[in-house]
Amino acid sequence: MDLWAQAGTPFFPHSMLAIAADVARSDQTQHRYTSMIADGEIVHFDNVGLRYGTEREVLSDLTFSLFAGRFYFLTGASGAGKTSLLRLLYLAQRPSRGAIRMFGTDAITLPRGRLPNLRRRIGVVFQDFRLIPHLSAFDNVALPLRVAGHQERDIGGPVRDILEWVGLSDKIDARPATLSGGEQQRVAIARAVIARPAMLVADEPTGNVDAEMALKLLRLFEMLNRQGTTVVVATHDLDLLRKVPDSLIMRLDRGRLADPTGALRYPPRRPA
Amino acid sequence: MRGAELIPQTRMSGPMPWVIAIMVAMTAIALAAGLALGNAISSARAEIEGGVTVQVIEPRDDVRNRETKAAVEAIKRLPDIAGLREVPQSELDALIEPWLGIGISDAGANGAGSGAVIPVPSLIDVRLKGPATAPRLVAIEKALAKAAPSAKVDAQSTWLRPVFDAMVSLQVLSISLVVLLAAALAAAVLLAARSALGANRDVIEIVHLLGGTDTQVAQVFQRSIGYDAAGGGTVGLALAMVVILSLGRRFADLGAGLVDSGALVWTDWFLLALVPLLSTLLAMLTARLTVLHALRKML
Repeated sequence: MDLWAQAGTPFFPHSMLAIAADVARSDQTQHRYTSMIADGEIVHFDNVGLRYGTEREVLSDLTFSLFAGRFYFLTGASGAGKTSLLRLLYLAQRPSRGAIRMFGTDAITLPRGRLPNLRRRIGVVFQDFRLIPHLSAFDNVALPLRVAGHQERDIGGPVRDILEWVGLSDKIDARPATLSGGEQQRVAIARAVIARPAMLVADEPTGNVDAEMALKLLRLFEMLNRQGTTVVVATHDLDLLRKVPDSLIMRLDRGRLADPTGALRYPPRRPA
Repeated sequence: MRGAELIPQTRMSGPMPWVIAIMVAMTAIALAAGLALGNAISSARAEIEGGVTVQVIEPRDDVRNRETKAAVEAIKRLPDIAGLREVPQSELDALIEPWLGIGISDAGANGAGSGAVIPVPSLIDVRLKGPATAPRLVAIEKALAKAAPSAKVDAQSTWLRPVFDAMVSLQVLSISLVVLLAAALAAAVLLAARSALGANRDVIEIVHLLGGTDTQVAQVFQRSIGYDAAGGGTVGLALAMVVILSLGRRFADLGAGLVDSGALVWTDWFLLALVPLLSTLLAMLTARLTVLHALRKML
């Protein structure tokens, strides 16, 4: 049964909610995260710049905040710096200058050893999926739960549930190479959301799929968002922006944040 | 992180188990040689440490026999004598037989009763309580000066010292080989781990971005190399056992006293059995440290 296609179906099956509750109980830093959520702000960039090597800055003077439970589109022309900004958001890169706070923690001065805890709060859908080629769909989706230290007996149920939910219950043992682009995309999304991240970051998630699949993915992100997950989707597909009316739009222009739509005329700021 | 092999086992393995098997076999053989030499040295030292040989070098049979008897009596009167034995003529004949043939010390080579063809000194094997030090040798010489003027006193350890020195050198060489082979094993694992890290860089980055820790990644490599080392080590030890047992049998066939005393005891076999285990631990530790060190350069 393709639960994914049923809009009325509760997003997370019971077994996944149990996992999420377990994560919340076991992680001490969750308390800090919960108190910070009360403010609503989960990410704050302050005058952030990024350059690779000695090249000119690809991102300059970025100052903005992201708030819990909101849906953000990040748009801009090719080479505007969308992927670089997303890499900063999912902690694959440190900025060259400025300050970044994530979930109430200074992400710049945070020791390497504490980065994993922060990263476990972020689900990432890479533009090129980045599934591990020698692992099955099941093992790829189970990976975030395994790195979080869940027992094998607690993993099978949620992983099968979410693979069924994204309509891939018959591809549970399939390697990525045997899946179509859309199927790989859905495995990547299942992997990104299996551990109930506080923030989902997706880089051009509709770039490799047809219009029908793109719409399905968008509905999926909206459902996630309604469950309380902050969603950040990088896209250059302007049609997509119109399909999520409550979304906020961040536009990058040559590495600087702009606001052409008026939806985000003033980037969200830290509440007084 | 279990349930699925994050790093494909085939990428880590390759020739690694066989390299480890060869290293372990060589290490075990070198260790066995060192232990056998150690046993031979200890055993021989204990046997000859207090050993003194008194030779009565007198060509005339009657004088030699008389002086020998007088020397035995004089030595018996000395303090700190643990034991003494006049080496029988039959043993002396057996000692010189390989070089000079039979009948050399008989009463007449042609049976005419004209005395020995070549006069052979008589030997007295003396055991002292404690080592044969220079003052004690002098005391024996003084005691024999009147009773047996043609007697010559030698500490057995003196004339065996060059042999011992050579054996100790061989033992040091064996131990050095064990250390060098351990270093070579660590270096081989280091190179394999670095190579595997490079080949799996993308996977490692994904695991990091999903919240995986350096320790989790290192454990994957450590486990993988551990399997390789355990398998290779077992094969290597089996090879080494075949070599050691067959060499042991060959040496045993020689029937030489010094070689016989070099037989391995049960503690030596236990140490040899530890070689693959220690090699596995060394390989795992090397892999872990290599991976952790390399990952520090990644975000």
